Amino acid sequence: MQFMLLFSRQGKLRLQKWYVPLSDKEKKKITRELVQTVLARKPKMCSFLEWRDLKVVYKRYASLYFCCAIEHQDNELITLEIIHRYVELLDKYFGSVCELDIIFNFEKAYFILDEFLLGGEPQETSKKTVLKAIEQADLLQELYRPERSRDVK
Amino acid sequence: MSDVVEKTLTALPSLLSLDSHSGSTKLSSSSKLGNLIRGITELTSKHEEEKLIQRELASIKEQVSSPNTSMRQMKELMVRAIYCEMLGYEASFSYIHAIKLAQQGTALEKRVGYLAVSLFLNESHELLLLLVNTVLKDLQSTNLIEVCMALTVVSQMFPKDMIPAILPLVEEKLTHPKEIIRRKAVLALYKFYLIAPNQVQHIHNKFRKALCDKDPGVMTASLHIYLQMIQENPEGYKDLTASFVTILKQVVAGKLPMDFNYHSVPAPWLQIQLLRILAFLGKNDQSSSEIMYDILEESLRRAEINHNITYAILYECVKCIYTIHPKSELLEKAAKCIGNFVLSTKINLKYLGLKALTYVVQQDPKLALQHQVTIIECLDHPDLIIKRETLELLFRITNAQNVAVIVEKMLEFLRGNKDDYTTIDLVGKVAELAEKYAPNNEWFIETMSTVFSVGGDTMQPDIPNSFLKLLSEGFDSVEEDRKLKLFAVDSYVSLLQGEPGKLPQRFLQVISWVLGEYSYLRGELDAATVLRLLAKLLDTKSTSSETKSWVLMAMTKVCEGGVGVSVAQEVCETYSSSLDTALRQRAQELQHLSQDRDLRAKVLPREAGSEPLEVDSSLSFLDGFVSEALAAGAAPYKPHHQRQEELAQAKALSMEPYGLPISMSSCSIADRQSPTLLSVSSGLSGDSPSLSQKGGSTTPKLDGVKRVWGRQGYLVQTEPVEESDLVEVTGPLQSPNQQAGADGPPSQTPTLKPTPQPEQEKQQLASSLFVGLGSQSSLCLMGKPEATTQRFRRKAKGPVLSSSTGEQISNSSVSASSMANNLLCNDLLDSNITSETAAPSLEQTPQLSRDLPAANGACAVESTDRDVKENSASLIGDNRLVAADPAPRGDRGKLKDFSAHLPAEFSGLCHSDISPLASNQSLDVSACHVQKEDSLVLVVFMYNSSDDAIPHILLELRSDELEVSCEGDSPVEEARSRSVAVCQYSLTVKKPSVHVEVAGTVSYQLPVGTSQSVQFSYKLPLTSFIRPLTVSTEEYGTMWLDFSHDTKQKLTPICLGQEPLMDTLNVLKKKLKLHVVEIIGMEGIVACRVLRDQPCLMHCRLHAGALSVWLRSPVPDLPDCLMYHCQRALQEH
Repeated sequence: MQFMLLFSRQGKLRLQKWYVPLSDKEKKKITRELVQTVLARKPKMCSFLEWRDLKVVYKRYASLYFCCAIEHQDNELITLEIIHRYVELLDKYFGSVCELDIIFNFEKAYFILDEFLLGGEPQETSKKTVLKAIEQADLLQELYRPERSRDVK
Repeated sequence: MSDVVEKTLTALPSLLSLDSHSGSTKLSSSSKLGNLIRGITELTSKHEEEKLIQRELASIKEQVSSPNTSMRQMKELMVRAIYCEMLGYEASFSYIHAIKLAQQGTALEKRVGYLAVSLFLNESHELLLLLVNTVLKDLQSTNLIEVCMALTVVSQMFPKDMIPAILPLVEEKLTHPKEIIRRKAVLALYKFYLIAPNQVQHIHNKFRKALCDKDPGVMTASLHIYLQMIQENPEGYKDLTASFVTILKQVVAGKLPMDFNYHSVPAPWLQIQLLRILAFLGKNDQSSSEIMYDILEESLRRAEINHNITYAILYECVKCIYTIHPKSELLEKAAKCIGNFVLSTKINLKYLGLKALTYVVQQDPKLALQHQVTIIECLDHPDLIIKRETLELLFRITNAQNVAVIVEKMLEFLRGNKDDYTTIDLVGKVAELAEKYAPNNEWFIETMSTVFSVGGDTMQPDIPNSFLKLLSEGFDSVEEDRKLKLFAVDSYVSLLQGEPGKLPQRFLQVISWVLGEYSYLRGELDAATVLRLLAKLLDTKSTSSETKSWVLMAMTKVCEGGVGVSVAQEVCETYSSSLDTALRQRAQELQHLSQDRDLRAKVLPREAGSEPLEVDSSLSFLDGFVSEALAAGAAPYKPHHQRQEELAQAKALSMEPYGLPISMSSCSIADRQSPTLLSVSSGLSGDSPSLSQKGGSTTPKLDGVKRVWGRQGYLVQTEPVEESDLVEVTGPLQSPNQQAGADGPPSQTPTLKPTPQPEQEKQQLASSLFVGLGSQSSLCLMGKPEATTQRFRRKAKGPVLSSSTGEQISNSSVSASSMANNLLCNDLLDSNITSETAAPSLEQTPQLSRDLPAANGACAVESTDRDVKENSASLIGDNRLVAADPAPRGDRGKLKDFSAHLPAEFSGLCHSDISPLASNQSLDVSACHVQKEDSLVLVVFMYNSSDDAIPHILLELRSDELEVSCEGDSPVEEARSRSVAVCQYSLTVKKPSVHVEVAGTVSYQLPVGTSQSVQFSYKLPLTSFIRPLTVSTEEYGTMWLDFSHDTKQKLTPICLGQEPLMDTLNVLKKKLKLHVVEIIGMEGIVACRVLRDQPCLMHCRLHAGALSVWLRSPVPDLPDCLMYHCQRALQEH
């Protein structure tokens, strides 16, 4: 996978993860063009797009569009399910996730994504394992907090 | 699932007031980020947003640089900075603080720090170097979470040059008790493998351990690496085929923990990964494929739930089945499966169905026939993506009979298309089809005109180039030649009389050239008329100055007669004072040549295009001028690169007072080994475009175009296809399918039955689209016959129609018998595969065995270079037997003869074994390569095994990595009956790669009139191209500093006696033909070049039992490839 974008129906970017090194200028250009293209598509249309020399797979969940760019030999359907699995993970973590959860806690959404996809490849497809990893890290933060406050004193 | 999130309220501001809402309880509404987000949503204009963010960024900037900011506050600031960057505002000041946070923070702070780093920077960013120490520290931490965080960031981005620093730590993690750590370590190694394959070469056996890990997650992660490695070198991993099959069997049978189920399908990601690996392993390999048949069938059978995920697996399964060695029952099942996709009402599945069809029709065009109704419906689909994929499918099934209809459909799409990428791609395809299958002159010229107008200035430059080349080289029939040119002239004159201002520049250039060269052919056309039309172009505002140059050149060619000269003079006056020097020069030429008729006839003779130009590239005729100038005190000329170097040195000199004096000898190398310097320099070199190497890649590939046209296009007139023709052609062979298509949709799709009126139209369209496919269907089970080779048959001689039908008829009569014999023969082979007695028994059926490879398409043969043979042991050897097909073995007797045909001048030189490459009924092709001191020569032997002489054999070679040039006069050979024709080619490396490959096509015409072609490929290691480079230590020092591409690695030295360094270098010298420049103490410098003259320098240092090797070259990739071979050479020793 080359990159993943999350954006709202209004075209606002909510999350971006790039697995290929690109300059900021390129990233902005790609994002702008792609958001425009995807938003212009009608609901009954195919979830796949030929875009430049890449294939774009997107899916809309409520007001959010999840959008992945893959290479031509990659499997489009499984990418669609990767998106779905990510949404499932978010949903489980936040407890019926909504766009606002992702806006206000976007760093958490990134942590979950990093636990699920690493370097553009699915790292762990078991939902339980991914969430366990996240919870452990979250727990650690709780443990550390008191120590930290003692330090400050 | 979407219902779950459907709860999201769409209007953001209204939601923000509802603090009691379930989702918003978690919102940190009081946080600063919360305030920022809320602030932004309340704004109404982009301008206000910008002001707000700038204010925000200014405050973040102030706080991050304040010493009183705690790490906890820093974390919060980072989150806000990430948010601002996401909105598109730059916050580069925070990057360094993100690194600091990752370094100094604890737990969550560190986590945010790492996250910010991975979002802000990319792997070539220089700040990333500062992260290396943090990563090192965290990898050694006893806290699991910290190790996880470090591994996560490493698997996303890490500076390539710093990999050796952390590699041992990451490797160590492969045996960590926690599976999550092992998994992340494997993925980190995968990342390393992608960016620097050489660095992880020594841990391949550890990958195997990961593959056998008891945790399925770790095993799945290791498959990423295997997929990559197997894709690059399937031969090396054939022994794992059975293991992958076993794993897949277990997965499919549901042996994995329930956790891995996804919508009650067991580990779909894992299944797909395995199927992709199997496809690579089974390609062109019957014995490996046979191991897979069972599990593939099982997978097809198991996937029955109607869910996307099932279809994803099925799709991969079908692709695998069509990639590996074919088995007819499986193919049938897969074909049925494709049907389910194509006929699905779900648009995503339909799309994939089309994609799968596009993939398989190359092997089995019959499948397209089965789905013609759907395909035609998809052609008119409202979603452009579907339409586009359908055109792709049609492109693959185009033949001489349906070309007109298909090209028309493609052009129709192009006219409405706005996306540049699609236009470039489709225009290229239309041009390719037009050149290959054009039914007549008029159609060809008109189609190309449309291509030029639609393709505009974005299209690939080789399209107009090859078109012009085709026109100028002409064909065998002079009359046809003339007609084509005349038609082009006529149609372009009328275009210019219309509104030429609207035409793209490239097209105008083509038009001017054609008019300049050939307008004289139209006798009644007055030169003055042409000149006026051209002059009109010059006056058009939109015409670019490049086009104007073309126009002026064309005018120079045609200016004739009183009126013509006066028009020319007028133009000259305008442009001889132009500011553009090129235009001024052309105008001057026009002026002089229009006045001097004799000179013009001499400079620009008519019909000169076809004669080769003699170019004195050394410009020796200027020698006198140069020596005069030098004598008069002019400075000698320095080539560009030399000037650059001197400039660079001048700059370096100015630095001198501040640094240590750098001597140009080998000792300076050691000085430059500090990590920062090294990585900075290689980072720079990575960014700078490598000019010298890319030059050759844009040259258009024009070979062979002429011939296709000459002999095919004109002699036979293919009438526009009538429906009655179709019935005639497809009737006897294809009736079941045809009926399914024409009489109504197949039984699975009762819903698709259209109304009679459109039905008729569609039927007509169907008959014109799918004509010519049916006759091949009887062959399809034999393997991958005609359809795959069609694309390469550009050079085929003889009329298309007669050749294709003629050949098919003869082939299909053979096929029935050889299909039966096929099995027999394979059995024979299987039983005798290792024993030498196979040869005589097979020789009794020579006719039969020679048929086989033709049926299997081009067979790839591993080159029998000694290097390859020595090291990869029995694995490759065994596979070669299978891959090479029976024929070459059967012809063993003949092979011996080939060495006798080796040209006499090579007799004393060392040459590789002669390996059989491909063969068919009448021709066997074999080859070997000969190592000459200054070149590498590929010798191709073509044995004519038929009773008739073959008058013209045309051999063409192409390669991505190599420059191929023909030795001797012409690539066309004659082969008398039962004798051998020999061709020689000199090979040099264009783009270094560990192994390089040459693909070739032999095309020829049998006296009976059918044209034939044989394809083959020949692989050889880069080592065959290495020659010693004799340089002095001083020269070495200078070169070392100039070279920009490098790689470093630790290798294991060879210990024979007291001096391991000497021994190691001697081994390398002997095996790779390197030149040892000097050995000083524990250091050695070595030089070599890769043919023709790509230098590569090596510096090695023996330290603590390891040999650190540093390779440098001006050529990208060369150091990496050479490192690979050095390592191999040492390992084998």
